[in-house]
Amino acid sequence: MIEVKNLTKYYGDHLAVDNISFTVEDGEILGFLGPNGAGKSTTMNMLTGYISSSSGQVLINGIDILEDPIKAKANIGYLPELPPLYQDMTVMGYLNFVYDLKKCKLPRKAHLTEICNLCKISDVSGRIIRKLSKGYRQRVGMAQALVGNPPILILDEPTVGLDPKQIIEIRNLVKKLGKRHTLILSSHILSEIQAVCDRVIIINKGKMAADDTLDNLTKSVSNINRMTVRLDGKREDVLGAIRKIPGVKSVRADMERSGGTFDYEIVMEDGADITVMLNDMCRDMGLSIYRMANDEMTLEDIFMRITMGEDMTKENKSVPVIKLITPEEQKAAKETAQEAAENKGGEE
Amino acid sequence: MGAIFRREMGAFFASPIAYVYLTIYYLFAGVCFYLFTLSRGIADMSGLFSMLFWATFLLIPVLTMRSFSEEKMKKTEQGLLTAPVSLGSIVLGKYFAALAMYTIGVAIVFVYALILSFFGAVAWGIVLANFIALFLLGAAFISVGVFISSLTENQFIAYIIGLLLIFVMCIVQSLAGFVENASVPDFFQPVVGAIAAGMNALSFYNKFYDFTCGLFDLSSVLFYVSCAAIFNFLTVRVLETRRWR
Repeated sequence: MIEVKNLTKYYGDHLAVDNISFTVEDGEILGFLGPNGAGKSTTMNMLTGYISSSSGQVLINGIDILEDPIKAKANIGYLPELPPLYQDMTVMGYLNFVYDLKKCKLPRKAHLTEICNLCKISDVSGRIIRKLSKGYRQRVGMAQALVGNPPILILDEPTVGLDPKQIIEIRNLVKKLGKRHTLILSSHILSEIQAVCDRVIIINKGKMAADDTLDNLTKSVSNINRMTVRLDGKREDVLGAIRKIPGVKSVRADMERSGGTFDYEIVMEDGADITVMLNDMCRDMGLSIYRMANDEMTLEDIFMRITMGEDMTKENKSVPVIKLITPEEQKAAKETAQEAAENKGGEE
Repeated sequence: MGAIFRREMGAFFASPIAYVYLTIYYLFAGVCFYLFTLSRGIADMSGLFSMLFWATFLLIPVLTMRSFSEEKMKKTEQGLLTAPVSLGSIVLGKYFAALAMYTIGVAIVFVYALILSFFGAVAWGIVLANFIALFLLGAAFISVGVFISSLTENQFIAYIIGLLLIFVMCIVQSLAGFVENASVPDFFQPVVGAIAAGMNALSFYNKFYDFTCGLFDLSSVLFYVSCAAIFNFLTVRVLETRRWR
């Protein structure tokens, strides 16, 4: 278990991490999300005892990292942003060094072989690290963190700079590890966090912007169900029919697509599911469905909203405010724009 | 400490440093042995030993320049500093590795003494005393080099600053002579005298010279050992304070 209480770090006058508190339970996979320079690595470096905090406390399984660093560090496997690999050693030589460094008690050969198999580096175990590709180096870095089987793993951007295939491999490995270890994973790639983590902490400019499960986060930022359907048929008729479906709050037609189809953006009441009724309606009216999609917010949207929202409210007060826009507001704004355009057309 | 010591020794021999260092050291020692002993046809090795004293300030920074600088440069120190080991054992692991390399170099004097023993009577006591003197000198200066290396991530700067600092330590007794003879108003004379005396007391050469004459002085041993202890402690402090910045 990791407990972080009011953690703050100043670099000189620069406030890098501002009063962060959170707890990671045993067996949890926590995603650490934030733009570059948000304070992710600084926080992780404080968790692992590489740097000290300016104030606040980090407890690793109940042990204060500053009071008893050796005991606390023995619980952590850490993969820093840049894996701390000695270029002149062979992979096996390096892992043996880490094994000795961590004063590991597990049976040496069996343990290291198991790690090599897990990280898929058995085939390069005799090679000099300098000559390995980036993907292999990253995996050796991962193996290094696993030596000694520490209960807590902290991985700082484990997939950065890898090709798509390697990213998937590392991601699968992380998933596998998450079953045995408490895991903190940082990334600025949202899909990665989405694929692996139970819980997400979003950090922006050193501050915690959000701390919740992925589901809750999605709901809290957009609690309105929206869907888009592309249908043929006459616009006004279709709009009227959709409005009659129970559970529909509002509907709006988009511009005309090819083949006389329109995209209809439907806003539904909470928990309403109109899919079946929409299908029935189409059958009755003889319409064809060209496309149907639920407008779920992606982590990207959430992330942008949360980080952008902070930006706008805190710094750029004088410039036109772009705040969190609810769909209603968005709609209203678009309608005003449309009206304005129509008025203009009328004048001409 | 053991893991770091072994890795450092491996790194010395995986890089050219060990070979370059030993080649230069053995070459230099060999030339001096020939010039001061063999070519004169005497069994006295004191010329060689006093030359090896002056080799230390040039060659010891070669051994120590990379110890912490390289780790900092290549970010490998992050692995060490987040491992469950104390800062003291990290510093000592690196320190003893450099000292071991240095000792491998210095041990050549026994080979020369052995060669000499075929042709004349070697004063083994003097040879041993000189070896101990060189060893203690290295023990002190290597701690200085490691300390300098912990201050910068540039190996070249670590070498130059290490060289300068160790050189000053080598010639502190000569500097004391300058201070003593400085022309100052009379009432400053006692102060100047005290400074010169202090500098003489800190002289590494004077104590080394006593050893080479076969005088085994425990206070000199303590002087060298405490110098090593102080600089190793300072290195630990440097690593410690860096975390707080």
